[in-house]
Order: sequence, then structure tokens, then C-alpha cells
Amino acid sequence: MKIGAPKERAPGEARVALTPESAQHIQKLGHECLIEAGAGEAAGFNDAAYREAGVSVVDGAESLWNEADIVIKVREPLEDEADCLRQGQTLISFFWPAQNEALLERCREKGASVIAMDMVPRISRAQKMDALSSTANIVGYRAVIEAGNQFGRFFTGQVTAAGKVPPAKVLVVGAGVAGLAAIGTATSLGAVVRAFDVRPEVAEQIESMGAEFLFLDFEDSQDGSESGGYAAPSSPEFREKQLALFREQAPEVDIVITTALIPGRPAPKLWLEDMVAAMKPGSVIVDLAAEKGGNCDLTVPDQRIVTDNGVIVTGFTDFPSRMATQASLLYATNIRHMLTDLTPEKDGTVNHDMEDDVIRGATVTHAGEVTFPPPPPKVKAIAAAKPKPKEKEPTPEEKKAAEHAAFKAQTKRQLTLLGVGGALMLLLGQVAPVSFMQHFIVFVLACFVGFQVIWGVSHSLHTPLMAVTNAISGIIVLGAVLQIGSGSILVGLLAAISVLIATINIVGGFLVTRRMLAMFQKS
Amino acid sequence: MLSQGFVSAAAIAASVLFILSLGGLSNQEKAKRAVWYGIAGMAIAVFFTAFGPGIGGYWWMVPMMIVGAAIGVYVAKKVDMTEMPQLVAALHSFVGLAAVFVGFNADLERRRVLASQLAGQSAEGFSAFAALLAEKTPAELTFLQVEVVLGVFIGAVTFTGSVVAFGKLAGKIGGKPRQLPGGHLLNAGAAALSLLLAIIYLNGAGFWALLLLALLAFFIGWHLIMGIGGADMPVVVSMLNSYSGWAAAAIGFTLSNDLLIVTGALVGSSGAILSYIMCKAMNRNFINVILGGFGGTTGPAAEIEGEQLAIDTGGVASALNDADSVIIVPGYGMAVAQAQNAVSELVRKLRAAGKEVRFGIHPVAGRLPGHMNVLLAEARVPYDIVLEMDEINDDFSDTDVAIVIGSNDIVNPAAQEDPNSPIAGMPVLKVWEAKQVFVCKRGQGTGYSGIENPLFFKDNTRMLYGDARSSIDALVPMIE
Repeated sequence: MKIGAPKERAPGEARVALTPESAQHIQKLGHECLIEAGAGEAAGFNDAAYREAGVSVVDGAESLWNEADIVIKVREPLEDEADCLRQGQTLISFFWPAQNEALLERCREKGASVIAMDMVPRISRAQKMDALSSTANIVGYRAVIEAGNQFGRFFTGQVTAAGKVPPAKVLVVGAGVAGLAAIGTATSLGAVVRAFDVRPEVAEQIESMGAEFLFLDFEDSQDGSESGGYAAPSSPEFREKQLALFREQAPEVDIVITTALIPGRPAPKLWLEDMVAAMKPGSVIVDLAAEKGGNCDLTVPDQRIVTDNGVIVTGFTDFPSRMATQASLLYATNIRHMLTDLTPEKDGTVNHDMEDDVIRGATVTHAGEVTFPPPPPKVKAIAAAKPKPKEKEPTPEEKKAAEHAAFKAQTKRQLTLLGVGGALMLLLGQVAPVSFMQHFIVFVLACFVGFQVIWGVSHSLHTPLMAVTNAISGIIVLGAVLQIGSGSILVGLLAAISVLIATINIVGGFLVTRRMLAMFQKS
Repeated sequence: MLSQGFVSAAAIAASVLFILSLGGLSNQEKAKRAVWYGIAGMAIAVFFTAFGPGIGGYWWMVPMMIVGAAIGVYVAKKVDMTEMPQLVAALHSFVGLAAVFVGFNADLERRRVLASQLAGQSAEGFSAFAALLAEKTPAELTFLQVEVVLGVFIGAVTFTGSVVAFGKLAGKIGGKPRQLPGGHLLNAGAAALSLLLAIIYLNGAGFWALLLLALLAFFIGWHLIMGIGGADMPVVVSMLNSYSGWAAAAIGFTLSNDLLIVTGALVGSSGAILSYIMCKAMNRNFINVILGGFGGTTGPAAEIEGEQLAIDTGGVASALNDADSVIIVPGYGMAVAQAQNAVSELVRKLRAAGKEVRFGIHPVAGRLPGHMNVLLAEARVPYDIVLEMDEINDDFSDTDVAIVIGSNDIVNPAAQEDPNSPIAGMPVLKVWEAKQVFVCKRGQGTGYSGIENPLFFKDNTRMLYGDARSSIDALVPMIE
């Protein structure tokens, strides 16, 4: 199949859906790769690099749309691009089907299949094609860099000859992928980072990234695992508590990065005007939810504004394009993984398997039908981690009592065994001749020695142990040696055979043990 | 001829050397010295006994020893390390058979001595053993008969049991458990009949009773081990190891020879401990293993969700190139595919690339206790990166890649997660805690126990289907 990537025509979009690296992988699946001339320019990949990777560079969007069987894109198609689609063609791109119903209908009419990268279900197997996460990761990183750009001080605290510099205090609201990436970037720059999220189960992730989790003590906390790892709207009481917490933080923090989004809804307003007013001059707010209206009251999308009290509020929405190279590399890899799943046999033929959870979930039109919204996936997004009931820690007294009881039980068992054993010996002594009992003492002692010695043998030497015990059990040769001088032919014969086989045992056993042990080497 | 004093002193020396020899196996370096203690002990024991008082028949004895030694050398040189299990089983059968013969002889000599005493003849022309018998009191002679019965019975069970174990391990007999109709009732019947015969024999019946008893014991050994499946062979082999020891000890009583008793007891307890360790590693009790089959399921096994996802060697190679720490879990499948050298080469390359590579060995991996260790040692894998289950099990969560080669039940998470699983409670290697797991397996399907393995369906597991050796061979050149 021919896989083609056109140049992105949305204003400000610098990314590209195919990189030379991903093209090489896609070719291994048996596909052929096409790219529109100049498509990778803005992301730092020139046409020569594509040619070197075996990609055919096609002039003009139209011929590319005509030639390709599968078109891979970053943004959802523009109207005229959608018109280029034809029967049986497949489009893979971000699509936002819930917001673009008209576009979806248009694609369906054309008879094309559309796989929306933003609809890839959030299950572990699909993580490698989760373009939303890889984009969010970039956004989170870039948010901190932008904040640093606007912020007039160091992130890290320093003590210099010229005076002491306090570390910047960063508050991250919403610990999704972007939030966590922001936390990681800010902590590695040396800032003191605090983070908040409505889902208490992310506390561990926040802390693992080196931030402090702002804990909100509220009974009715959300269980994020039920909604595929995304946050859901919260109750008014909860919201009040949350805002109170932020109000408390506002005078203290220098940088606020808000990432709170609820799927399919406008962004919740979390950073209100009075909080902005309470902040120190020179503080920075980076609102990553700007595209959906912003988490901050004052956010203007794609603008940097300065408030009366000197707080900078940025509402940029083009972070991925600001890091076009990195974003393209990751997105192209996501696309490549999607194509890998679509080409299970690696023979260049696409199997659009609607039974597959991931492909089914991401497909929004197929075979002339709108297939959005998808049925819930068969595999649950995140294994619902039920809080485990804490095991009651035994008190020292209970512990002591338990130990004492165990000791008592052991003593009792040992005494019983000794008693029974002693009684048996006594009985045996009544009937057995003295000479037998003397040998029996030797036997019992040898068993004890054997048990003590063998417990010390290393597990890795169990095979040599078996070989060596095999060899020494050839000691039975002594029995045969003692009998072989008998006058009886039959006895002599049996003894001779015994000598023969026991000797095989002795010699074979020892030699093979030696051979094995010689092989054990230290590195 | 050496005096009895010499012989006794030699027996003491040999006993001490044997104990030192076994004790020395506590670590790899000491073990190399320890095996010489064993050889020295055996040489002393055989030499002083053979030239002790009343020993004759050198014309028989010496050639037999030379031939036996030659065969022993040949076998030890020729055997492959993958064939160790069957060699060990074969050697056990020899001890068993020798014990049966020596037991028969003891009875025949007893009869001869009694007959000649009745006829009033002198003790001239007796073997050393017969001379000993001649001095025994009637009570001692009765006890001797008990010892003969025990020695012959245990020896005979060991013999046929080991022959069957050998056949199964060598693949000459199918590995599936097979039994005659009647199953264990047949064994129980044979055992009861043996007891009856023993009583008849003790009450003065002829040699035929002992012979018949041996035949019954042969049957029990054969039938018992036929009923046990291939993967339970580690337990069976160590059990037979133990039996061969007890047989030697019983014969030692018969011959009033303390050296035999001591050695037999050492070997017997060694085998018993090994069996215990194996059973514990499978969370089954000894009786359950010997009587065969997995029993005691309490409900339907948990449903497994998801699918088995395959991967090619290229994918495994890139994951390995990215990994910092790798744990390899080998099983019997590695031995079958003779993949140990390929694995060793892979490990060498990974280690040269600065990665931490270790092996996790389950106590029942393979067909013999410690089987995997020997195979890896043969392939020149240094023993200090080959760790036991308990040493490595907590490290999987910090490991990037776990590779499972030819093992199944010992990495089955159902043992811990599903209380209804037939192997519930068995300690297993927690490979699934690693970030990525690759399972090298010949094809889809269940392991020996016939239990579905949820590991193969986990999200972080990928299946590398195909012959283990060719898969790993293909993998090696891709490691940078």
C-alpha cells in the first residue's frame, strides 16, 4: 500500500506525520511511503532526508491525495482536503469527531475510512499509539520552558556572592500527562513544585516526579479509573474546597501551570481573578487549557497579557508546533505503530480489523458507516485499583504471644516425636540382638550428620550432589567384594555382576561430577 | 592380607572423607576439592576391604572392576550435560540391582552356612561374609533375614523405578503418566502381597519366597514410576537417589558393615532432602507427587482476558538494546532445544554492552535438581550471575526485560493470583513484574500441568514463537 503524508495547511501548524525514521519502519511493513514536497521543512526534515530514507517526494497536495491509499496527517482535514478523499481510501489523523460532526459526515459520504488518533483507547497495549499522551508530554515540557522565558528569576535556589536567590515555587494544576511532564521539567530545573489533582490516586505519580501533592481532604473523591483515566466534573462543594486551597497558594507561588481539562466540555475555571490579584508581580500563569476557554479567568487564547498587578498570563495553544521536530518524531512513531497494528502480517496489505479493540475504538468512519462513538473497550482502561484493607499491625504483646505459642507448639511437636521415637527404639531393643542395636546407633547418627551436611549444599550444585551421592552409593561394591570369594558358583556370579555394575557407578559418578564441577566458573 | 584392624580404620577414614565430600558441595570452589575427598574415601574403602581378611575370588573381582571402571570412564566422558538426568537415573538402577543381588547372596550364603553347620563341617572355604555368618546367634540370623527382605525390596523398587525414570528422561518411554487398570490399588495389592511373602519367608520358607518378593517389588517400582509424568521427574530422581541409599544401608546391616550403613544413610538423607526441596518448590506434598496428578482444585479457574501477542526477534533485540537490566528464566525447553550455548553467547554480548544480566532458576526447572545450573555452567555462563528463585524474585520489579526460555508453570502467575488454580500456592518466579516480558516458546499451548498460563496474556508480555535455539541465534547478531 502507498502511505502518503501531505503538508499541513492549518495556519501555524509545523508538524508532519511522516519522518524519515518512521518511513524506514513503515517500509519494513511492506508499504511504500510518499510525502508532499516541503511537508517536513517546518519540522526540520528536508526533502533530501526523506529521499535518502526511500520516500518518494511528490509535488503538490493533489497528486499525493490521488496516489496514496492511506493518507496520514496531523490535523483534521480542511474541507477541501476532505473532498480529496475517495472510496476505500484511509485517513489517519487527529479528528476530534465529537466536535467535527459535519466533517465526519463529509468523510463518510466519500466512502473513506477515518482513523482518529485522538480516539485511540487508553489501554496499555495502545500506549505506543497514544498520540494525545505524546503531544501532552511535549506541551507539559514546553509550558515550563515558556514560563521560564517569561519569569524574571532563576528556577533553582542559589547562594551566590551577590546574595541569596530563593527557588521559584511552581504550582501545577491537573496531573495528567502534560501536568506530570511539567512537574518533571520544573523539578529538574530546580524549582519547588506543588501539584494538585482531583484524582487522589495520582498522588503517588506526583510524588514520584519529585513534587509535593496538595492534598484536599474531601470524602467524595473521584475514582479516575472509571472514566479511562480522565477527570470528570466535580460537585460544587468539592469545587469550593478546591478554590479555597488555590486561594491559599496564590500569594506564595511564582508560576502556575494549569492543565485541567474534562473531555468534551469547556475547561473548568480554577484560577479566578481574585487569585491572580493575590499573586506577586512578575509571577507567570501558563494556561494549557486556553484552547478550551482556559482554566484562568483572564486567559486570552494565543495571547500573552500582563495584568494590572504585573502578573503575566499566557494562553498559547501552539506548543506542539513550537517543538515541531520533537512533536513530529513522536507523532510519526505513534502513526507507525498504528500502521503496524493495521498490517499484522507485515506484507503490505492492510487488515482493518474491526474486532480489534484499539482499531475499532479509533475508527470513526468505515465502509460507508459512521462508527463513532465506539462501544466501550473489552479491556478496562486501568485495572481498578481497589484500596486494599490495611492489615492490622499486631501489637508487641500480640506478637510476643504468637511467638510464644509457636515456640510452645514446636516444643510440643519435638517432644512428641522424641517420645514416639524413643518408645520405638525401646521396643526394637527388646527384640533386636545387641549387635543390631550397635549398628543402628551408627545408622541414626549418620542420618543426622547427613541431614545437617546436605542442608548446607548450594542449590546450584544439586546435580553434582546427586552424581556424587550416586558414586558413593556404589559403596555397595563392598558387599559384593565380601561375598565374591564364596564357594558357590551362583553366589560368585551374582557378586561378580554386582562388582561390575557398582564399579561403573563409582567411576562414572565421580568422573562426571568432576567434569561438571570443572565447568562452574566465576565471572 | 590386611588385618581386621586395618579394615576398620579404613572404614572410619572413608566415612569421614565421604562426609567432607558432601559438605564441600556448599560452594563451587570448595566442591572441586570435595570431590577428591570422595574419590580418596572410595579408594581407601575398596582397597582395604578387598585386601582384608577372608576375601577371595580375585580372578572374578579384579577383571570385573577393570571392565566396570572402563565403562564408567567411557560413560562419564561421553555423556552430554543435557543427558545428565537419564545418566543419574541409570546409575541409580545399578545400585538397586546390586543391592538385590547382594541380598540374594546373603540369603544363599546363610543357607549354605546353616547346612554345613548341620553337617558338622568346618568353616573352611567360606567367603568373608559366610565366615561372619557362622559366628552369628540364631536371633541375629532372624534379624538378618529382616534386613535381607528390606534390602532386596528397596533395591528392587529402585532398580525398575530407575529404569523407567531413565526411559522417560531419555525419551524412550512417553513422558505421560500411564498406569494399568486398577492404578494404585494394584501397587497397594502388590505391597500387601510382598508383606505376606516376607512373613512366609521369615517363618522359614525357601529361597523362592525371596525371589517372588523381588519380582513383586520390581513390578511396584515399574508401575509406580510409569504413573508419574515427565515434569515430576526431579522429585522421582531424588526419591530414587534416596532409595538407593537406604538399600545400601539395609545391605550394610545385613553384612554388619558400618561403612555401608554410614554411606547408605548419607545418600538416603541427601535424596530425602532433595525430594523435600523439590516438593516444597511445587507446593505439593510428597505423596501427591508420587501418586501422580494434580488434585484438589476447588472451583473453576479464573477466566483469562486478553490475547497472546507475538513479536519477532527484531522487536526483542531493540528492547534488549534499550534495556539496562535483564533477567533470563530458563526451563526444560531450553535443554530440549539445546539452546544453552546460544543463550550464553547472548548473555556475553549483553554483558559486554554494560547491561546487568542475571538468571533466575526455579528449584524444579529442568528434569533434575540443579539441572539448569549445570547446563548454564557447561555453556560457560559464570555461576555468580545464576541466582536462585528466592534471591532474585524481588528484583523483577526493577528489571527492564525478563526473558522466559522454555518454561511455563514455574512462571505462572495463576499460582499466586488464582486460588482455584491447580498450582495455587506454588512459589513461582514473578517475571510479570518486569517492565517487559518475552516468552520464547515453541507454539501456543499449555505446559506440562495442562494449565493455561495468564502470563502469556499480560499486557507487558510478548510471545516469541519458534525453536528456542534458532530464535536466540537469530537474536545474537542484532545486539549492539
